[in-house]
Formats: sequence, structure tokens, C-alpha cells
Amino acid sequence: MKTSAKKWIKFCVSAVIVVFTLWLLQCLLLPKYVTGTVEGAFIAEYYDEVKDHDVIFVGDCEVYENFSPIVLWRDYGINSYIRGSAEQYVFQSYYILEDTLRYETPKVVIFNIQSLCFPESRNEAYNRMSIEGMEWSFSKVNSILASMREEERFLDYVFPILRYHSRWEQLNGDDLEYMFKTKKVSHNGYYMRVDVRPAENVPTGKPLADYTFDSRSIKYLDMMRDLCAEKGIELILIKAPSLYPYWYDEWDAQIKEYSAKNGLTYINFLELTEEIGIDYSTDTYDAGLHMNLAGAEKLSLWLGEYLTAEAGLADRRSETELALRWEEKIEFYEAEKQYQYEFYGMNEKAD
Amino acid sequence: MLFTSYGFLFFAAALLLLYYTVPKKLQWGLLLIASYTFYFIAGPEFFPYIIATTVTVFLSALLIERNAVKQSEYIKEHKEELTKEQKKEYKDKQKRKRLTVFVLCLLVNLGILAVVKYADFFVSNLNGVVDAFGGTGNLTFISLAVPLGISFYTFQSIGYLTDVYRGTVKAERNIFKFALFVSFFPQLIQGPIGRYGALSETLYSPHRFDTKTVGYGLERVLWGYFKKMVIADRILVAVSTMIKAPAEYNGAYSLLIMLFYTIQLYADFTGGIDITIGLAEAMGIKMSENFIRPYFSKSLKEYWRRWHISMCSWFREYLFYPVSVSKPMQKITKFSKKLLGEKVGKRFPLYISTAIVWFATGIWHGASWNFIVWGMCNWIILMVSEEFEPLYKKFHEKFPRMGKTFAYKLFCVGRTFALVCALNLFDCYRSVADTGRVFFSLFCAKNWNIFVNGALLELGLTVTDYVILACGIVLMITVSLLQRKESVRDMISRRPYPVRFAVWYGLFLIILLMGAYGIGYDASQFIYNQF
Repeated sequence: MKTSAKKWIKFCVSAVIVVFTLWLLQCLLLPKYVTGTVEGAFIAEYYDEVKDHDVIFVGDCEVYENFSPIVLWRDYGINSYIRGSAEQYVFQSYYILEDTLRYETPKVVIFNIQSLCFPESRNEAYNRMSIEGMEWSFSKVNSILASMREEERFLDYVFPILRYHSRWEQLNGDDLEYMFKTKKVSHNGYYMRVDVRPAENVPTGKPLADYTFDSRSIKYLDMMRDLCAEKGIELILIKAPSLYPYWYDEWDAQIKEYSAKNGLTYINFLELTEEIGIDYSTDTYDAGLHMNLAGAEKLSLWLGEYLTAEAGLADRRSETELALRWEEKIEFYEAEKQYQYEFYGMNEKAD
Repeated sequence: MLFTSYGFLFFAAALLLLYYTVPKKLQWGLLLIASYTFYFIAGPEFFPYIIATTVTVFLSALLIERNAVKQSEYIKEHKEELTKEQKKEYKDKQKRKRLTVFVLCLLVNLGILAVVKYADFFVSNLNGVVDAFGGTGNLTFISLAVPLGISFYTFQSIGYLTDVYRGTVKAERNIFKFALFVSFFPQLIQGPIGRYGALSETLYSPHRFDTKTVGYGLERVLWGYFKKMVIADRILVAVSTMIKAPAEYNGAYSLLIMLFYTIQLYADFTGGIDITIGLAEAMGIKMSENFIRPYFSKSLKEYWRRWHISMCSWFREYLFYPVSVSKPMQKITKFSKKLLGEKVGKRFPLYISTAIVWFATGIWHGASWNFIVWGMCNWIILMVSEEFEPLYKKFHEKFPRMGKTFAYKLFCVGRTFALVCALNLFDCYRSVADTGRVFFSLFCAKNWNIFVNGALLELGLTVTDYVILACGIVLMITVSLLQRKESVRDMISRRPYPVRFAVWYGLFLIILLMGAYGIGYDASQFIYNQF
């Protein structure tokens, strides 16, 4: 064999070894989010779905812990999905919505406005959870650019091994088991918790120097509004009934003014808790920050009623193929519910 | 742009690719563009300083050389007509002209360095003195940002000017080529301080792509990154924790600080120099070595011949020798001989010259008293050991075998290492008071249990970090030991390709997985960048 050919073979074999081992290492080192902090897996799960939803929720934990798409389907035939992740900022919600609209055009988009009070990212870990699961697109690139904190680098998102290079110290069984596969951890983006921790001594908000939402937050809200308008989607703004972080009256007034000015619907669930029947001694699992399953189901029942009556969403339970898909989801939902009741020693409820 | 930043990696990779793609005669031009780009990225506001040094030194060197040529031509032409005295008179006149240009250029460049680097130090000391005498020292600080690599490029340029003045090198006639010599980016950050005679030829000559040269260069770059990112930046966490709170971390901790900082300094500085020399080597440019296993030195004198060689030789060549043979020093020699007798008086000028050199070395490292005291401590130790030299000699004459034993050599190496560790405290704390407090607390330490009670795990390092550090240090020592026989890269190059590939890729993976970089690690610039 000629020397140059040998050299090329050597080079190619070496390159293949390098690329393959780096890929393997990356698969091993990336966080799997299948146990513990499962929120990091939510965004990616969407891409396995058949994308013909009527309603898309976008936002932070106040959507993915407070509304159950299963109830919306089971009781109202509304096909919905939650695209949310932990402390998902308004700019991330915008780009996730933009990404979602590449695949489908829902009738309604519901955005939880709590994140408007954070014009900039506060935590790299939350950025990761929101962005890493997105498939590569301009939306993802823009979301990275909009989210990056000073200490972050774009390249670390392109090659996550650079970010997680020292995770080998924390590897566990999950990292090997889910190196090449994953398992569903959410219910159409909903994070289920059945345990109860009553809300007691909820702190009131400290006075702020300035209650005006930052122009950056409003800019992304405007962009979200324009995007929905362009696609003929109804945008509904909501404030979930979380008691903390504190929702100031001044903030509420701004949202009311904004929605009135732009012809949007704004639902502040904090004002509807009595009507919905939320009981903060039984319907929250973390002292009022988020709803547990009981609270989320109550909220979803109210919302289902509202969407049917006000947004005119049709009942799709007669669509055989869709119903079959939901049957599987309900089965998974019930199984986890059962598992959690047992795990938290709440068998009487399961019965 | 730090050597450890992604930006620098892209920059270096792109440059390497371009370097071997452009026509060979344009290679040095490309390097100049790259160097200026690098400097511009570091801070456009620093640009006027490097340009000023380049232009003034370039023009001064040309003037000096032109004058020297004119002088020899004139004398040649008028050989017959001029008397010996006239020739001498003419030569002296021309020499004065050259000296005037030389001194003016020195003043301009050392002036720039003094203003940007030392003015605030001077102001703070002056205010302190005024305060001490009951006045109110309220001179305003200049607070100028220190341009990147100013100490390095100023010294390099002054070295060139001196060489031209002495007639040991020819003045460069192409200002762009000279600009490259001043600004060559890999060495701009932390040296080595290049000598024009050695560097110019390799810097300007065309280089053909050669897999061996490029491979060798990149291998050294990898080794540099290993030392910097796996060892220096990891141990930095513990060092930072300890030096931030000298009141808390003293006593037995002092021992740890000295050891850890000395390891950090070595891994950091030699790592940076490996990257510099390796990158230059990958482009076919040979740079002089800056270290020869310094921690294996058997005396402080030997250590300073093996540590930061380019800086030490610069001071020797351009400060120690000129000061030693200067007219004032000759007068001092005469005077001291008269006053102290032939034997002691003869040595007195040596003390003064070396004191000047060590003062300059100290202040070159930074505008603060800790560096000056560090320099003077080095001077005292070197002078004392010089004075004890006859005693050592007698001892070795009496016990000739002892000096050749491994145990004695090991003792000497250990003693020198301990001395270097102690001296490094000045650099580590950047405060004479803290250094003194921490150092002397060692002698009344009662907290020796820190080595067994888990306190070491509260310095920001985990057990895994300590294991990685231990393995890394063992690897560094092994490489140093192997280097005594022959180049480790030569050894690797004789192995079959799969072994070579495993070594390179293994080292790369170690840096990738165990390097202290990214979120969770504080990006640390190289220690010598600050000088």
C-alpha cells in the first residue's frame, strides 16, 4: 500500500475514534433528568408527540405544575400540551413558542405572566433546562443568545460535553441506563405531585422600588402577541394561583392594562380561588408555591369549562386515533398517580 | 483573550491553517496581522503604547546604526589625513551622539513603563511619607490600565536597542518585521523575552508544513494546557481560599500555602510557556527555553539559572554587566578597596550591582513592596551563600564523597525547594505584612491536626481533586525526570502510531474531562500575565 494511502487510513481511523468516543462521553455525561430533577426533561419530550394540539401552555413551573392536560382531555376533549420548564423566562417562553409553531398552529396559547418580573436570566441551571431540550433551530440559537449569562458560552450549548465535562464525579446508575434512551417523565408537560404541604405563614411581598415591568420583558410579550396574531392564535395571559413568589397589585394592574389595550384575555387565578374551590391546606404540595394533583385538577376543570365556553374549543374525544393516543397517556397518568399515593403513604386517596 | 479561552483556540487554529496556506513569503506578514489582531482584542486602548515602543525603538536603532556606519566610513575615507587624537575625538563625538539617541529612547520607553505601571505606586508611597510626617498626602492616582505584556515587549525592545548600540546585531530595516518582533502574540502575554539575534531569523523565514514539526508543537501545547488547566487552575481554588483569609489560614496552613502556591506557579507559568513555545514551534518558529527543571536545582543560584531564564539572562546581560563595568561602579570599587581592604573591597561592587539587579527584578514583577522585598530577600540569600562558598568548599574537600551521594543531592534539592516555597509567599500574598505573619506563624503552629481532621477538604477541593492533583504532579515529575535523558517527545515519536495516538488523545481527554474550566470554575488568567 502506498504511504499516502496509509496515512489517510490512519487519519480517518483516528478521526472516527475521536468523534465516536467524544459522542459516547457526551451521552454518558449529560444529565438524564429521569429521577430527581425531572424538570430538565420536559422540553425535549414534546418532539415525540403528534403535533395537533388545540392548546399550548408556555411558561414556568406555574404552568407545568398547575394544569393537567389529562383532565382537559378526559373531561372536555381538549388536546393540550405544556411547554414549560423550571423558571422559564419570558424570552425563553417566546422562543419555545416560536419553535412550537414551526410544527403546529394551536387555537389557543396560554402564557403565565409571572416570569415578566425577571427580564434577565438569574441562573444558568434554569437556562440549561429550558434550552438544552430544544431541537436545533434558529429559535434555539436565539433563545441561547437571549438567555446566556456572563459566565456562559455559546459553544457550551453546541457541545454540552464542555459544560458537563466534570460530571463524571457524579455519575450514577441512571447515567448508564439512560445513556442512549430516555423515559417519559411528564404528562404532556405536566409535572405530577400528589403529596400535600399546606400553605402556612405565606410571606407578603416586600415593597419594591419600582413596580414597572422591565421593557425587555414587555418586548418579548409583545413579540409573543404578534406571533400569535400573525398565526391567528388566541393568546390568553394567566397568573396561576401560586401564593409565592408574591404577585403585586401593581404588577396585576399593568397586565390588566396591557391585555385591555391589546384585546387579550387575562385570567388571574388568584382572584378565582374561591370560585374554583382551591383549598391551600390540601391542594398544594409545597406550602402554596405550586398546586398538587388535587389543585391542578380543580384548576384544569375550571379552565376546560372556560376554554369550551369562551374560546369555543370543540370536544375531540370522538377522534379515534387521538382518543387511542390519550388512552395510553391516561393509563400512564393513573399509574403514576397510584405509585405516588403509595410512595407518600396516601393509599386512602388512591382507593 | 486568555490562552484558555475558546476564542484563543479558534484564533490559534485558524492562524495555523492560514499560516500554511498563504505563500511562504507572506507568513511573517500574516503573523504580524494576527499579533496586532490579538493585541487589539485585548484592548484597543493599549495599541498606542506598543506602537510608540515599536516606532521609537525602530527609529533609534536605525539612527544608531547609521551613525556607526557613517563613523566607520568617515574614518576609512580619512584614514590618512586624521591623526590618532583626531580619530579618537571624532569617535567620541559620534559615540556621544549614539549614546544620546540610545538614552533618549530608553527614557521614553522606560518612562512609558514607569508611568503606566509604577506611577500609582510612587504616588501611594509619597502620600504615605507625607502622612507619616504629619501632612496630608493627597496626590491623585493616575489609575491607568496597564497595557498587555508591556513589561515583556518593553524589555525585549530595549534588549534589541542595546544589541544594536553595542553592534552585536544589525538594525532591522523593515518596520513591519520589527513590529512583529515586538508584538509576536504567543510570547506577548508572559514571555519568554526574546533576543533579536536568535528570534528574528526563525520569525521571518518561510516555513514549510511538516507533520513532525506541527505534531511536536501541538504536543507541547497540549502538555501546557494539561499543566495549566488540570493542575494550576485546580490547586488555585485551595490557594485562593487560604490567601483570602490569612487570619484564619496560618500556622500549619502556611506550609500548605507555600507548597500549593509553588506548585501552582510552576504549573501555571511553565504551562503558559509550553503553550507559547509549542504554538510557535507548530509554525516552525524556534523560541528559546525559559525553564530547565528549576525545582531540581541544588542551590538558589542554580535555580535562577533554570527559572524564567529569559528574564534572568536579560537582567544579567542588560543590567548587571553594564552596571558592573560602569564608571561610577569603578569609582566605588576603588573607594571600597581603599576603605575595606583588597579582599572585601573587591566584593563590595558586586553586592551593589546584584542588589540593583534584584531590586529591578522585584519591581519588574509588580509595583508593590512585596515584590521589592522578595527581590531583596533573594539578593540577601544569594550573597550570603556566596560568602559561605569557601566554607562549603572546605567541607566538600574534607568529605569529598558526601557531595556525590544521592541523599546529599536530594537534601540540596529539598533545601532549595523549601527556600523557593518560602520566598514565593511574597508573591502569593502580595503583602509584606501578611507574608511575614503567615510565614512566622508556622514556627508556633498548634494546628498540625489539619492534615488529618478533614480540614483539607474545606479548602474547596474534594478527595477527587486531591487525587487528580497528586497524579498530575507525579506525571509532571516523571516527565521532568525523563527529560534529563532525552526529549519526551522524541521518546514518544519512536513508538508505533497507535501508542502515539493513545498518548495524545489520552492527554486531550484528561484535559477535557479533568480540566478546571467552565461554569463552576473561576477562569484564571496566567499569573505571569500580570507582570
